[in-house]
Amino acid sequence: MIQLSAVYLLAGALFAAFAVLSALDRNNTKRLGNALFWGLVALSFLAGDRLGDLGNGVLVLGLALIAGLGLLGRGAPATTSPEERRSLADRFGETLFVPALSLPVVVAAGVLATKYGGLTLMDPKQATLISLALAAVIATGVGLVLLRQPLMSPLQEGRRLMDTVGWAALLPQMLAALGAVFAIAGVGELIGQLVTSYIPMDARLTAVAVYCLGMAGFTVIMGNAFAAFPVMTAGIGLPILIRQFGGDPAVICAIGMLSGFCGTLMTPLAANFNLVPAALLELPDRYAVIKAQIPTALPLLIANVVLMYAFAF
Amino acid sequence: MLTLLGVAAVVVGFAVRLNPLLVVVIAAFVTGLAAGMTPVEVLEAFGKAFNENRFVTVAYLVLPVAGVVERAGLQERARSLIGRFRQVSVGPLLILYLAFRQITSALGLTSIAGQTQSIRPMVAPMAEGAVETRTGPLDAATRQDVRAMAAGTDNIGLFFGEDIFIAIGSILLMVGFLASSGITLDPIQLSVWAIPTAIVAFVIHGARLVLFDRRTRRRTAG
Repeated sequence: MIQLSAVYLLAGALFAAFAVLSALDRNNTKRLGNALFWGLVALSFLAGDRLGDLGNGVLVLGLALIAGLGLLGRGAPATTSPEERRSLADRFGETLFVPALSLPVVVAAGVLATKYGGLTLMDPKQATLISLALAAVIATGVGLVLLRQPLMSPLQEGRRLMDTVGWAALLPQMLAALGAVFAIAGVGELIGQLVTSYIPMDARLTAVAVYCLGMAGFTVIMGNAFAAFPVMTAGIGLPILIRQFGGDPAVICAIGMLSGFCGTLMTPLAANFNLVPAALLELPDRYAVIKAQIPTALPLLIANVVLMYAFAF
Repeated sequence: MLTLLGVAAVVVGFAVRLNPLLVVVIAAFVTGLAAGMTPVEVLEAFGKAFNENRFVTVAYLVLPVAGVVERAGLQERARSLIGRFRQVSVGPLLILYLAFRQITSALGLTSIAGQTQSIRPMVAPMAEGAVETRTGPLDAATRQDVRAMAAGTDNIGLFFGEDIFIAIGSILLMVGFLASSGITLDPIQLSVWAIPTAIVAFVIHGARLVLFDRRTRRRTAG
C-alpha cells in the first residue's frame, strides 16, 4: 500500500533535482542560493523525520535567511520561444490539453476508487495527496510521450516554474508552523477573551454579527479559518449564540466557518491561495489576487450574517 | 498581553513588505519569547510544526507536467481556442469555471483543479484570449486584472464548494469541536448548511464577473 512517506520521497527527489540543476545553471548569478534553498527543502522531505525538532528548526532558519537576505535568484533554463510555442500549438492542436486534463481525471479516479470503490492501492486517509502525486507522475509521462518533449524537460521546466514562485512556495508551510507557535503561546484564547469582554452582546443580531465578523477578522490575522473557529466558537458561538439564545449549532458552526473563509480571501497570510498564485501568474502587484477577491468577500460576509440570523433561530 | 506582539510583528512585517519568510520566523520568536519560552524551545516548536506540515508543499509535484505542456504551447493553444468561440466572453467563461469548481469541490474533488494545474496553464490564458478576441492586445494593467480575477475565481469556487462535502477537514473539525463540547452532530447536518452561502457566493461573484466583463470591454473600447 502506498503511504504518504512515498509521496515525500518523490517530492524530496524532485526538489533535489531542482537544487542540482540550479547549481549547474551558469545563467543565474545567484545559483548557489537557489541550490541551497531547494536543497534544504529536499532535505526536509527526505530526512525531516530524522533531523529532530531542533534540526528542523535550524533548517527553517536557513530557508528564511536565504530568502530574507535576497540570495535567491531566478533560474532561466532554456525553453521554447513564443514563436516556437505558437507553431507547436498549431501542430499539436487540442492534443495539448490531454496531459493537463489527465491530471484531474487520475486524481478523481484515485480518490473515488479508494473512498467508494474499495481500491486498496493507497492509504485511504491520504488518498487525495497520494492520488495527486500519482497523477503528477502519470500526466508527466503522458506529456513526454504525446508531445515528444525532451526527457529532461519535466525537471528543467519544473525548475523554471519553481523559481517563478520562489520563496513564496514555502510560505504556506511556514505559516502553518507559526500557527502552531501561536497555539502554544495561547494567542487565540487571548484575542477571544478581548473580543468577548469588550463588546456587549445582549442583542441577538449584535452577537451574530460579532461572531461572523470575528471569524473573518480573526482569520485575517491568523491566515486560517481553522485556527479562528475553536477560539471564536468557544468564546461567542457556544456560550452566547447556542446556549443563551438557543441557536441551531449546525447553522451557527457551518456559516461561522464560511464567514472565516471570507476572511481567508482577504489576507496575505493565506499565502497558498493569495500570494503563490500572484507569483505563479507573474503579477507585478503581490496583492493583486486579494484585491480581486475583496469585493466578493465583503458582501458575502454580510450575507452570512443575514443567513445565520434568519436560519439559526 | 505581550504574546500579541507576535501578531503585531506579522502585520507590520507584511505592511512594510519585508520578506515574508523572515517575518514569519521573527513573529514566531517574538511570540514564543513573550510567552516565556527559550529561543531553543521556540526553534524546536517551530521546526517540529514545519516538519509535520510538509504535506502543504507536496502540491508542487504538479509543476513538471505544468512546465512540459507550457513548453509545448498549451497556453498559446488555450488562448487561440477561445478566440475561435467568438461568442464566449470573459464573464461567462469564468462563471462556467466557477460553477465547475464549486460543484466538483462539493463532491470532494478539491484537488482536480487549482492555481498551478488549471489557472496558469489553461484558465488564465483562456480568459486573456477571450478579452483579446474582442479588444486586441491587452495593456499590462488589464492583463494583471484578468489574471487576478481568474485566480480569485478558483479560490472562491473552492472555498464555497468544499464545505458541502461531508468528509472535508473543516467539517470534521467542527464535528470534533462540537463533540468535545457535548453536542453530537452528523457531518451531513453541517454540510447542508454550507449550501445557502455557496449559492449566495455564486450569485455575488457571478454578478461581479458580468460587471468585470463589461468593464474590460469599455476600457479597451474607450
